[in-house]
Amino acid sequence: MKENIIQAKNLCFSYKNEDGAPLPVIKNLTFDIERGSFVSILGHNGSGKSTLAKLLNLVLTPDSGELTVGGIDVMREDLSEEDIYNLRRRIGMVFQNPDNQLVATIVEEDIAFGPENLGIEPEEIRRRVDDALAAVNMSEFARHSPHQLSGGQKQRVAIAGIIAMLPDCIIFDESTAMLDPIGRAEVMDTIEGLNRERGITVLHITHYMDEAVRADRVMVVDHGEILLDGTPEAVFSHVEQLKAAGLDVPQVTALTHRLKTEAGFDLPETLLHSADAVEALKALYDQIGG
Amino acid sequence: MLRDITLGQYFPGNSILHKLDPRMKIFLIIIYIVSIFAANSPVSFALVLASAFVLLFLSKIPAKLVLGGLKAVFVIMAFTAIINIFWTTGEDLWVEAGPIKIYREGVEYAIFMIVRVVALIIGSSVLLTYTTSPIALTDGLERVLSPLKVLHVPVHEFSMMMTIALRFIPTLIEETDKIISAQKARGTDFTAGSLADRAKALIPIMVPLFVSAFHRADELAVAMECRCYRGGEGRTRMTRLHLHARDFIVLAAHIVFLGVVIAMNIVF
Repeated sequence: MKENIIQAKNLCFSYKNEDGAPLPVIKNLTFDIERGSFVSILGHNGSGKSTLAKLLNLVLTPDSGELTVGGIDVMREDLSEEDIYNLRRRIGMVFQNPDNQLVATIVEEDIAFGPENLGIEPEEIRRRVDDALAAVNMSEFARHSPHQLSGGQKQRVAIAGIIAMLPDCIIFDESTAMLDPIGRAEVMDTIEGLNRERGITVLHITHYMDEAVRADRVMVVDHGEILLDGTPEAVFSHVEQLKAAGLDVPQVTALTHRLKTEAGFDLPETLLHSADAVEALKALYDQIGG
Repeated sequence: MLRDITLGQYFPGNSILHKLDPRMKIFLIIIYIVSIFAANSPVSFALVLASAFVLLFLSKIPAKLVLGGLKAVFVIMAFTAIINIFWTTGEDLWVEAGPIKIYREGVEYAIFMIVRVVALIIGSSVLLTYTTSPIALTDGLERVLSPLKVLHVPVHEFSMMMTIALRFIPTLIEETDKIISAQKARGTDFTAGSLADRAKALIPIMVPLFVSAFHRADELAVAMECRCYRGGEGRTRMTRLHLHARDFIVLAAHIVFLGVVIAMNIVF
């Protein structure tokens, strides 16, 4: 049986309103994240998905419920600074704005920042920095200054900075939201590579459907509750339910869904990738035409 | 327009001065400044001036660039020279025209003062600012000052602040540019009107800039915490500075130079 890196049970969290009244954002969330998996968390703005990310990394502390991250029970009374420190070493987090995460004026110095904080030996830091740079395909930019890089490149440097800490799991908190399409593609390829090649557990928070499709599992969060949870195929087959939550399905899925339900064509249940859709439509055409 | 500002004047290169250890350079500059101010005979001043040009030559930095830096202090140099020439009294009267008296000592002082300033600017810019990247400089400073940690001087915090400031200056300049463009697109005119009007036009730039800077600071702090930052305690560094033979050779040269300057003062 595979081990769970994150276990949450009845997790609740509220922000304080201006007049002090609690504003519940996370309501009774119960879920597990399996070690080594690639999970997308989908939700529209204000659905609580970013708050969830901050809870998992203890930037925010849950109000109630149970939460175990990387084997550490974070709701324990005697949770020490040291525990939080250990947890953050193992659960990395990449944020939305690449500019506001980079500390140093040179790319490789920035990547070294995390390992330096962990008190690692200089030779080992050097090895990790080179390795992390290679992992995000940025080796040739090692001596560049961050402001000379594009958004996608900066975000990849930020990811390398987390990789160099050798985490078990990386949470991407809308890390592609501020990037142009090219930058998004670069970052998504990097994220997927980390999961497939290095076995790092990935939690990818996004509101782009075409990104969510690339995960093993999709969790849809709406109003602080889990609306849908399952494989991308299973989740995106609930077209109507997703639309009701203010979310879209990938364009391909929307098109084939309409062809199926409105025009009555005989197409497979859920098509997520354009290549599959082309195949299916071709087969359908041959069938009808021939 | 704001894009043209270069911060610091680091001029990348591969000369011996570029390769020196930043910690050593901080000591070298101190010795060099002491030599400049120790000089008080014509021969030692000639030596000081020559040394500045030797350093300039060693750095392989275009002389035009460095000498251009002197333009900024030209007014100050001219002013001190005039004061020295006209107001110094001595024994050897050269020119007397009514109330104006020019003594040999005055002219000498003026020349010495100019030599000092020129050598100081060339020497320090070539030794330090032109040949040391800002990051190496902050790093060197942190390490040179680290003994002060015993006295609870926040050396690490100070150098961290410098690093972050250097990191965010280009980002904030870019942002200022964007805000100015946005305000211009809305019809703000920054060039017309009285001084007060123009100052007022800056408010809509400063306010969003400050708001965003605070926002950035907040996000950066969270990101740093997530990367296990907890101050200088228990922190290691990736780059280790090593002193090479060349560092000691240059140090020896500087000490000999200081010795010669003092000797020349005594001899002449």
